[in-house]
Amino acid sequence: MAKRLSVIDIDRCVGCQSCMFACARRLGKGGLEDACIGVRSEGGMRRGFVVIVCRACPDPPCARVCPEDALIPRDGGGVKLKPDLCIGCGNCVRACPFGAIFWNRTEEKPLICVYCGYCAPYCPYDVIALEEREVSHAQG
Amino acid sequence: MLRDDPLSRVLYVDLSRRSSRVENRPDLFEKALGGAGAAIQILEEECPEGTDPMAPENPIVLAVGPLVGLFPLASKTVAMFKSPHTGNLGESHAGGRSAVAIRMAGYGAVVIRGASASPVYLSIDESGASFRSASALWGLRSSYTAGDILRERESGAGHRAIMRIGRAGEKGVTYACVITETFRHFGRLGLGAVFGSKKLKGMVISGRRSLPVANRRSYREIYDAVFKAATDSPLMKKYHELGTTMNVRPLNRIGAFPSRNLLQAKFEQADAISGERMAEEYLGRRLACAHCPVACIHLAALRIPHPSEPYFYKTSMLGYDYEPIYALGSMIGGSDVPGMLLLMDEVEVQGMDAMSAGVILAWATEAFKQGLISTDETGGLALAWGDYPVYIEMVRRIVDQPNAFYRALGKGVDYAASVYGGEDFALAFGGNEMPGYHTGPAGYLTFLTGARHSHLDSAGYRVDQKGDAGNESMGPEAVAEALLTEERWRQVLSSLVVCFFARGVYTPDTVLQALRVAGFDMAGEDLNRLGTETLSRKYAFKTREGFDAANLRIPRRILETASPRGRLDEAFLRRAVACFMEKL
Repeated sequence: MAKRLSVIDIDRCVGCQSCMFACARRLGKGGLEDACIGVRSEGGMRRGFVVIVCRACPDPPCARVCPEDALIPRDGGGVKLKPDLCIGCGNCVRACPFGAIFWNRTEEKPLICVYCGYCAPYCPYDVIALEEREVSHAQG
Repeated sequence: MLRDDPLSRVLYVDLSRRSSRVENRPDLFEKALGGAGAAIQILEEECPEGTDPMAPENPIVLAVGPLVGLFPLASKTVAMFKSPHTGNLGESHAGGRSAVAIRMAGYGAVVIRGASASPVYLSIDESGASFRSASALWGLRSSYTAGDILRERESGAGHRAIMRIGRAGEKGVTYACVITETFRHFGRLGLGAVFGSKKLKGMVISGRRSLPVANRRSYREIYDAVFKAATDSPLMKKYHELGTTMNVRPLNRIGAFPSRNLLQAKFEQADAISGERMAEEYLGRRLACAHCPVACIHLAALRIPHPSEPYFYKTSMLGYDYEPIYALGSMIGGSDVPGMLLLMDEVEVQGMDAMSAGVILAWATEAFKQGLISTDETGGLALAWGDYPVYIEMVRRIVDQPNAFYRALGKGVDYAASVYGGEDFALAFGGNEMPGYHTGPAGYLTFLTGARHSHLDSAGYRVDQKGDAGNESMGPEAVAEALLTEERWRQVLSSLVVCFFARGVYTPDTVLQALRVAGFDMAGEDLNRLGTETLSRKYAFKTREGFDAANLRIPRRILETASPRGRLDEAFLRRAVACFMEKL
């Protein structure tokens, strides 16, 4: 079994960004620089919101473009970052079609969801949840 | 304050010289925290005595506080300026993403000086302010379009605030507002007109930095306590479910819901525009300010057919709240919800304060009925309660200003009544049009004595509603004391820039604990001192600019229409105002 964070009901998102602040707070920091999850409007507040987070692809394109093999595909989908190997080229950011790889400008390294689920309980409207899925069925 | 906290950085923007610079001002933030406490000091520094509010010398101060970006519901930006509407202290608060964006861009305050020769908008990030031409945006029919264009042209989606004015601000309507994130406003007192006088069409502020904390473990613990209190509280749940419109029915029931320019305080059609009915029939979406789990912002989905072409429909998302429903609904005798929403939309398109607009339309309707004005002034429009197509046209004309009458309406109800008569039913206090609370003496004392003449200054309407334990037995002195105590504490909350809806969550103890996480070691008496000092400073500014409590106008209408506390007594109100000023 592997865990991943899922957007289960985007229609209930109110754009409060509590998840983003939670992600940074996971490291004990305030603010947003370290957030690996993003909430933005879908072209203006009238239209609702988009939650952007790593969906733990079974065959992650970010890992394929990393010249230093710093992104290790994980059983069950997604990647694990080896920061010591990362040279900060940003290929992974450009390769992710969801824009789910964020960037820490202070450290010049990618920020990718570690599937810890710390954010989910702070979503007041159950938009996101940490899900378990079978490793062998990791195609979804 | 923690050493690497960017709170003390103040971004000074000079529109005349098209330059900006950052100054480190720990002196402003260490004691005053930010928000109102810091902004009034900056206003003292920047605004010379007797400044014309529409002159380049009038500064715009936007300030946030230490808890922004750290704790939930610290979500407001305090704007200070000299008001073109009252000619005195201008202070307006807005949420949206404004506070988080300013803090995440690495500033505690942004100060705008001077005036641009041609229309500009500002793009602000950690590196400072960039000036962008807004010549092509000036005169755009709709404030929505201006916001859409800034959103598409600038970067930082999800980490920014997009402020803009509509044509009301460009044309100097003295109660023009600044709109942020489409559905939140720096309303009241005319910040939009000050933007317009500086040829400043808007501002995009973006950033996503991190903030230090004094202790990581206690940060998470105190955060969780605040978050839990906010999400568990029944009041917050109500704000989420029905929003501020939950007040329509209860206020109408007790006879405190001003209707038809306060000829009545009960509106027979109140049910049709109640929060419950709006939610059942129109609620289309709810939104939150950044870092607020409550999501009190309610949008109505309105589907209307094209006037002439079959099978063409327009579906709009339109923000509604208690105050616009009062001002643009019951106050002008309207209960046709689509008409009311379209009027709210026009007010939004033009970018004016909804409360002032409604009270002005209400006065005009009564003045028309009494024959003080006629179709000569209105340009052929016959005014009648609840006639939305006419009101929508009037709002357009207030901005287009085709004649002296509409120019007068663009300066507020006090001014219009000074020209055309009808002062007895011109419902403004300290120059600011009244909000929707005919609750009793304490409510009006707040409008009269509050530093912003806003119902939120000291919330007297709550004192009125406390039932038997309330002010039934309270003399003028006791009411004044209660209001003063509340307004002082609210200076603390607005220095922290905590949303007033969360005042039950942010008790003095919680505030002190949260401040400790942010590196502010303070005691309860420090907070009390801050509240007292900030209010005194505001009043010193007001007095310097000509405020005189003894000369406050009390419109006769509020004394004629019975309140839930009975008929109001002018002598009681005057005595209480005097007590308030003495205790100050």
